[in-house]
Amino acid sequence: MTRGSSKAWIALGVGLVWFYLILWPLMGITPEGLQFIPSLVVWLKVAAAAFVLVSLNQLRTAGALAFIGKPTTAAWTEIRKIYKKVPVRVWISVVFFLALVFPLTTGRYEKDVVINVMIYVCLGLGLNIVIGLAGLLDLGYIAFYGVGAYTYALLSVHFQLSFWLCLPVAAVFAAVSGCIIGYPTLRMRGDYLAIVTLGFGEIVRLILNNWMSLTNGPNGILGIQPPGLYWPGFSSGLTLEYIWLKKLNYLYYVILALVVFTIIAVHRLNYSRIGRAWEAIREDETAAELMGVNTFTLKLLAYAMGAVFGGLAGAFFAARMRFVSPESFTFLESAMVLSMVILGGMGSIPGVILGALALIALPEAFRGFELYRMLAFGGAMVLMMIFRPSGFWPAKRMGQRSEERG
Amino acid sequence: MSVLSLEKVSVRFGGLQALSQVSFDLGPGEIVGLIGPNGAGKTTVFNVITGVYSTTGGKVAYDHKNILGLRPHRILALGVARTFQNIRLFQKMTAMENIMVAQHCRTKAGVAGAILRTRGQKHEEALIMDKAMEVLEFMGLKDKAGEIASSLPYGLQRRLEIARALGSEPKTLLLDEPAAGLNPLESRALMGIIERILDRGVNVLMVEHDMKVVMSICHRIVVLDHGVKIAEGGPREIQKDPEVIRAYLGS
Repeated sequence: MTRGSSKAWIALGVGLVWFYLILWPLMGITPEGLQFIPSLVVWLKVAAAAFVLVSLNQLRTAGALAFIGKPTTAAWTEIRKIYKKVPVRVWISVVFFLALVFPLTTGRYEKDVVINVMIYVCLGLGLNIVIGLAGLLDLGYIAFYGVGAYTYALLSVHFQLSFWLCLPVAAVFAAVSGCIIGYPTLRMRGDYLAIVTLGFGEIVRLILNNWMSLTNGPNGILGIQPPGLYWPGFSSGLTLEYIWLKKLNYLYYVILALVVFTIIAVHRLNYSRIGRAWEAIREDETAAELMGVNTFTLKLLAYAMGAVFGGLAGAFFAARMRFVSPESFTFLESAMVLSMVILGGMGSIPGVILGALALIALPEAFRGFELYRMLAFGGAMVLMMIFRPSGFWPAKRMGQRSEERG
Repeated sequence: MSVLSLEKVSVRFGGLQALSQVSFDLGPGEIVGLIGPNGAGKTTVFNVITGVYSTTGGKVAYDHKNILGLRPHRILALGVARTFQNIRLFQKMTAMENIMVAQHCRTKAGVAGAILRTRGQKHEEALIMDKAMEVLEFMGLKDKAGEIASSLPYGLQRRLEIARALGSEPKTLLLDEPAAGLNPLESRALMGIIERILDRGVNVLMVEHDMKVVMSICHRIVVLDHGVKIAEGGPREIQKDPEVIRAYLGS
């Protein structure tokens, strides 16, 4: 046994003892008195799993697993090669086609989950502008989602305005609130900015919760209209009928359109003069200012643009649920969207989509463990930060980008 | 070409008088060296010119227009670009992108243009790329265009900083210790580059400790000590100036 391997075993032993010391008081102190058996059973399972994992790792470092590892890496490089050969356009159209036929082949539950994922994709891409591109840590992002949702909810309930008309209005309202929040806070940097945005996010939620006359407080707003559309009908000659897109299938296509718009917009912004200026601010704010970037306006713009996509997602959320209440816009939601961006890869569009999928669809797949979802969350984050610090799918650089475009 | 002039500029940080009544100017087609012992206030002069620090007195004019109190990005737009003593590139961006950022103030496509990819915006992007490529070529960095700035070797990073400053199409370039950390071969190449920059119609103000570089390419030299200008003149005069010798060797 080498010195390195004995170190690993000692670490395992220490870890397991420590784990038991924590586990026993958590599980062993019950109203019926002290118990050892339940915690011991759980501990034994964990210990066995840890033992197997450490053994496997030892074998791997010793080279005993090369017979599996080598073919896998070889296969992986082959797959990468094939992936690189096919133009990106083809991959995008394949994914888009799958997204188009998805609702035709699946049930209500799957569609519901995927609609949820797509809402979060919009949110994640919006936040990605603020965090991934401009490098401003925003912990109150969900406020803009709330502003968008309540804008549509109120306009729909009080004025019966159509969804399509309200969509841009919600975006504008969200952008304005982004500027209102951004203006006083953007003089701050880093941690201070994070704390202040956290506060603003809570302020918005509290306003929604307490302004009874406008928002109906914690009871929420009921009776929001779903999106409607003029559709040619043939019952009595050719007429245009107004139909409500209540069915999940229709809603699916509405949010899909919204996602596609968001992706295109964010992609193009990213690879434009403005996107470059945002990245420059993220890298070195002082240098950016000295290289001719009006940092203040551009940071405000980043906030506003992020808010626009949050607002759009919010308006759709209101139209789909046909009910909004302040409960949907808590800090936990902000943290969730932030996790998607970080997990997926800051500044990367496919990364954010993967992040949203991972954080919304996987917990659905593991319904049974829902209680431990936050635990798994934290664990996954820690592991990600260790093994893939720049996310599932890190952002590409423009040097490689321009070749790909040509 | 443009004229930069400082007139009785003073800067005070609390109890420290960083600059007191410093006056000099930079004429068209000139390379002026700014030297002095550590802490003499050379970088402070740069920060005053580029709008990072505010002054407690005096005037700074560019093209006979007052530039005091302007935000740094406005000063760059007027044509004063600078490099940094400790390299401050946009680390995670490619060499090309670094220079493209500098074109920000020369272009104007907005959010709508970017999202809709209008014809004007596309044209502008192509123009930005061309200009960035031209600067990279000028600085001999063409083959490094797609490389991440932080992965470049130190000497090339220094060069990329100058390239980035040039990318903003300045009329005046402020170089803060461009030869710091370069080997003799590299600093000789740097001198060649600075002279070619002058041929582009850009005048240069540089802070430098490497006397070989300063004495061989500067037309005029301004010497600062403890925030006071103690001498100004051609390289020969400066080398013989008793005040300068005292400041450098101590008394």
